[in-house]
Amino acid sequence: MSATTENLAPAVPYVPAAETIGAVMAPGERPPRPSALSASITFGWRAMLKIKHVPEQLFDVTAFPIMMTLMFTYLFGGALAGSTGAYLQYLLPGIMVMSVVMTTMYTGVAVNTDIAKGVFDRFRTLPIWRPAALVGNLLGDLLRYVLASTTIIIVGLIMGFRPSGGILGVLAGVALLVVFSFAFSWIWTMFGLFLRSEKSVMGVSMLFQFPLTFLSNVFVEPTTMPGWLQAFVDVNPITHLVTAVRALMAGTWDTGEITWVLISCVVMTAIFGTLTMRLYNRK
Amino acid sequence: MIQRETAPAIETSGLVKVFGTTRAVDGLDLTVPAGSVYGVLGPNGAGKTTAVRMLATLLRPDAGEARVFGLDVVRQADAVRGLVSLTGQYASVDEDMTGTENLILLARLLGYRKPPARARAAQLLDAFGLTDAADRQVKNYSGGMRRRLDIAASILNTPRLLFLDEPTTGLDPRSRNQVWDIIRAVVVQGTTVLLTTQYLDEADHLAARIAVIDHGHVIAEGTPGELKSSIGAGTVHLRLRDPGQRQDAERVLARVLNVPVQLDADPVALTARVIGDGTDRELDMGAAEQASRALSELAAAGIVVDDFSLGQPSLDEVFLALTDRSTPADAAA
Ligand SMILES: Nc1ncnc2c1ncn2[C@@H]1O[C@H](COP(=O)(O)OP(=O)(O)O)[C@@H](O)[C@H]1O
Ligand SMILES: [Mg+2]
Repeated sequence: MSATTENLAPAVPYVPAAETIGAVMAPGERPPRPSALSASITFGWRAMLKIKHVPEQLFDVTAFPIMMTLMFTYLFGGALAGSTGAYLQYLLPGIMVMSVVMTTMYTGVAVNTDIAKGVFDRFRTLPIWRPAALVGNLLGDLLRYVLASTTIIIVGLIMGFRPSGGILGVLAGVALLVVFSFAFSWIWTMFGLFLRSEKSVMGVSMLFQFPLTFLSNVFVEPTTMPGWLQAFVDVNPITHLVTAVRALMAGTWDTGEITWVLISCVVMTAIFGTLTMRLYNRK
Repeated sequence: MIQRETAPAIETSGLVKVFGTTRAVDGLDLTVPAGSVYGVLGPNGAGKTTAVRMLATLLRPDAGEARVFGLDVVRQADAVRGLVSLTGQYASVDEDMTGTENLILLARLLGYRKPPARARAAQLLDAFGLTDAADRQVKNYSGGMRRRLDIAASILNTPRLLFLDEPTTGLDPRSRNQVWDIIRAVVVQGTTVLLTTQYLDEADHLAARIAVIDHGHVIAEGTPGELKSSIGAGTVHLRLRDPGQRQDAERVLARVLNVPVQLDADPVALTARVIGDGTDRELDMGAAEQASRALSELAAAGIVVDDFSLGQPSLDEVFLALTDRSTPADAAA
């Protein structure tokens, strides 16, 4: 740290000049306020810049899904479906949903870090559309979701996944997953706003996401589960999402499940988006 | 809107913010005139940051009222945001991004289109001596550079009121002087600056008026000169040649200056406060006259003085005197 600081120090120490500072403060023409959309896009640009400067953060959304896909295919494949190849056709859409949904917590972690570092204080004293900072982050999230999905599909294809829905089916499945993840990430944004540290955001999200993703139809059909568990699996939104994505990738269009997923997205956004904005304004 | 032109930059009455059982701000009454540097002086935990955050619309007060140029910070928060800027106690720039990117981001959020935003960023970096570091990530900046970038970001929109929350805490002396020069340059442009600090000499150097706060409320308010004269116009330090003469010297000083005299640990040293009339920020003529009279009386009494000095009381002494008092209400001049 100090070494780099030394290098940056100019040979001639800086002496503030009243004239130059006066010149930059001269009340020139004030531009009009940016629109809500333009402010959100600017925050999206920031999210992209942060990924550019800290590319390590993409490691989690690529390495983790690859590991999951490999692990579960070879671990359960033989036992559950007779062969890893057959199991992969069933597992891959589910593991994609699981991995991408798990990365939604980074939204909350990012918000929490921004708050801890004081950057949000500056944004919140600007006369801009208030949700812009949070909405702009969605753009960075989009990149993460698409990257994680693409990674898994490529690994799947290499391992022998052959979706009968073709490219369109796969794209439709990913699109539905991305929409769901946006809605779902409001939960972590909310936690990110009021939990003390990024560690606690991660802790809480793990606590929710593990049961939510494992107690679903990601790995097996729920038919062999005890009744009480089946009841939970049936209302778990992840189950509906997995069913819908599986169908889309297999080339069928399960209107019932897709509707179920979209309605749950609206409900989550309405509840957690509102709570989040209230916390954000109150903070 | 009509009152905006004549209203004080800040006006609070009975402002309160409670965190759990801590009354961080507890009945704060402030009036900050527009167009100058106003110092808010207080020790760690006095409630400075909490007060600034309420005034900058970041925190909602639990009770009381606060107006910025006549606008209510709660009900007209958005309008207030158009007039103020905050440089927080903890850096409010993005560490992962470069200096240029930080400023372009802000310029865009303030409505500048891309080319003007870029030009504005370059202009600010130049004025703040950061051109060489423009394309480095802020996490590689020194504390002073980071602080300058933070202030540059705050004046990007030429605010009418700038909050600087402990802008020099943790900086080396040179960086601190740079920040002081920047503050002086900013206020010349007509921007009102609310400066919080724990450093008494900082408030003394920069502020036209100072509010001393402790436990969330104002315990004294006035110009630096007024605050100082409230505890005396100056301090006389004497060193005698002969420690045996100290008792005589003490008697002479006490008679001439009409104040208690303090005998220092050093057996030849004495200290006494001189009460002046407190009309001038600069060293009081009354104090100097009294001191020279004391010196000639000492000489007449045959007491040999080796060393003599007359100094202004530091704001440190002011602060200690104020917070020591059991009835702080009468502390203000
Ligand atoms: N978010 C918070 N939660 C709980 N206590 C707080 C919070 N912010 C400040 N405080 C407490 O309020 C008091 C005033 O703090 P602060 O305004 O930061 O003082 P200063 O800036 O003068 O050092 C302190 O006792 C501090 O511990
Ligand atoms: Mg503070």
